[in-house]
Amino acid sequence: MTVVAQMGALAARSVTRTLRQPASAIPPLIFPVMLMLVNAAGLDSTTELPGFPTDSFLAFALAVPFIQGALFSTMNAGTDLARDIQTGFLNRLALTSMRGSALIAGQLGGIVLLGLVQAAFYIAVGLAVGVDFASGALGILVLLAFAALVSAGFGALGLWLALRTGSGEAIQGLFPLLFVFLFLSSMNAPRNLIEIDWFHVVATANPVSYLIECVRSLIITGWDGQALALGFGITVAIGLGALALASLALVGRLART
Amino acid sequence: MARTNTIEVERLVREFKKGPRAVDGIDLHVDAGEIYGFLGPNGAGKSTTVLMLTTLLPPTSGTARVGGYDVIADGPKVRASIGAALQEAALDPLLTGRDHLRLQGTLQGIQRVERKQRTAELLERVGLTEAADRKVKGYSGGMKRRLDLALALVHRPRLLFLDEPTTGLDPQSRTALWDEVGRLAREEGVTVFLTTQYLEEADVLANRVGIIDHGRIVAEGTPAALKAEIGLPSVHAVPAEDADRARLTEVLAQFGEPLGDGAKDVAVRLREGVSGLPAIVRALDAADVGLAQLEIQAPSLDDVFLAKTGRSLEGAGESGNGAEPAA
Repeated sequence: MTVVAQMGALAARSVTRTLRQPASAIPPLIFPVMLMLVNAAGLDSTTELPGFPTDSFLAFALAVPFIQGALFSTMNAGTDLARDIQTGFLNRLALTSMRGSALIAGQLGGIVLLGLVQAAFYIAVGLAVGVDFASGALGILVLLAFAALVSAGFGALGLWLALRTGSGEAIQGLFPLLFVFLFLSSMNAPRNLIEIDWFHVVATANPVSYLIECVRSLIITGWDGQALALGFGITVAIGLGALALASLALVGRLART
Repeated sequence: MARTNTIEVERLVREFKKGPRAVDGIDLHVDAGEIYGFLGPNGAGKSTTVLMLTTLLPPTSGTARVGGYDVIADGPKVRASIGAALQEAALDPLLTGRDHLRLQGTLQGIQRVERKQRTAELLERVGLTEAADRKVKGYSGGMKRRLDLALALVHRPRLLFLDEPTTGLDPQSRTALWDEVGRLAREEGVTVFLTTQYLEEADVLANRVGIIDHGRIVAEGTPAALKAEIGLPSVHAVPAEDADRARLTEVLAQFGEPLGDGAKDVAVRLREGVSGLPAIVRALDAADVGLAQLEIQAPSLDDVFLAKTGRSLEGAGESGNGAEPAA
């Protein structure tokens, strides 16, 4: 039995679980869009500020749901695995010939699929409200690839936290922290227009800013090599770091001989 | 060592940090095709032993060979040889019974066509064919346990570990599970290592029983041999009139060792076995003691546990060391 088949079976389980509990699949779709629409209604006039990169706040704000959805991925991936640990389901898997790498990849496969569905939904919403994607159809494909990568990276972070703590409650407890990262980024204003010094410094140091700016560049700028390199680079770095940590934590968690 | 269906354990120890020895140097031998009942109260070390024998918990010291393979050096080979249903039926409430079997089959390396056949066969065998496509969250406790057993059997293991498989089940489900476990050993030659708190379960199912308390095996043998070791039966009598109780106690004391005061009955361990019964009846008649009830009881495994540990198995877990992890 190949690792690929094991991975496929575990990814299928992850997707099946998601589809059978719409209460956990729908909020990551709906809430970011609602937040975007509310923000756009209130902050539309900021597009008149000199130096604002677009005249459509919706186009500017559409990047946020992509990243917000990825943060939800962290919670979903982590909570699901933590539940498996708490219920003993992980022991059941450990008693098979399952490889540890298949477990991590399988869980991430499900999360990536959900991330792609979310991204396709946000793109559809953007097109429906009249957002013009400056990078065109190819940019949309790159956007989907980036969404998949961000979901995998943040999903791996969730898996690491689950394997480290073994507690769904601990994962849920991190939810506010993730929102702090989101709100202290360039989510609502371009960094060059943030005049409060400390906020500008924090937003510049916050990796979430670069993820948002990567998505934003594809929507409103076109092809911005620096934004893309920073976005993809940071995501890959987060993903690889989280994967390494998750793999180490899995060895400790699966103490089988 | 060649492939076998045996379990060999020598001086197996498991210590937990800041805790007592959950398993304290046990020795075990389970023959191929045997049902071995591992009996003990909560916290005695049963589940810790199962976790070590199934490779999920490394021993602190000692050796264990399962199916001919060392649990430390040959973990993957041990896992390929065994099936296990651990203490809680760890199932995914959002998956159906069929989903579980499909996933388990894939992870055990069974090819698609065989997996489909095996799934149908096992669902039929555990009586879950009709419920196969329902989510597990709607299953009863008995259905979950039966699915748990089916999952343990997907890859046709040679050895089966069942950790308290009937805890919380109704009598009908319990009997059905006993029948299936008995059939597996009898017809398929599967070696079964079964932990239980239930005396009746060990008595009915097991060819041999090991009694564990505070991490040590305090008695081992066939249920009949263990009971014979305790020896003599006891007589339990309830006086027709409560006023006769003292005289009843006095008469019975002539025939054996008193077994303490019951709420209603007076009991003695019969010095001369069942053959002393006619003399008891004659003595009670002569003393004019009327009886509401007279019963001869053969020794039970609880008597064995009492004799070996000084405590009754019922409720003995209350004073357990509490170091046993949930499986």
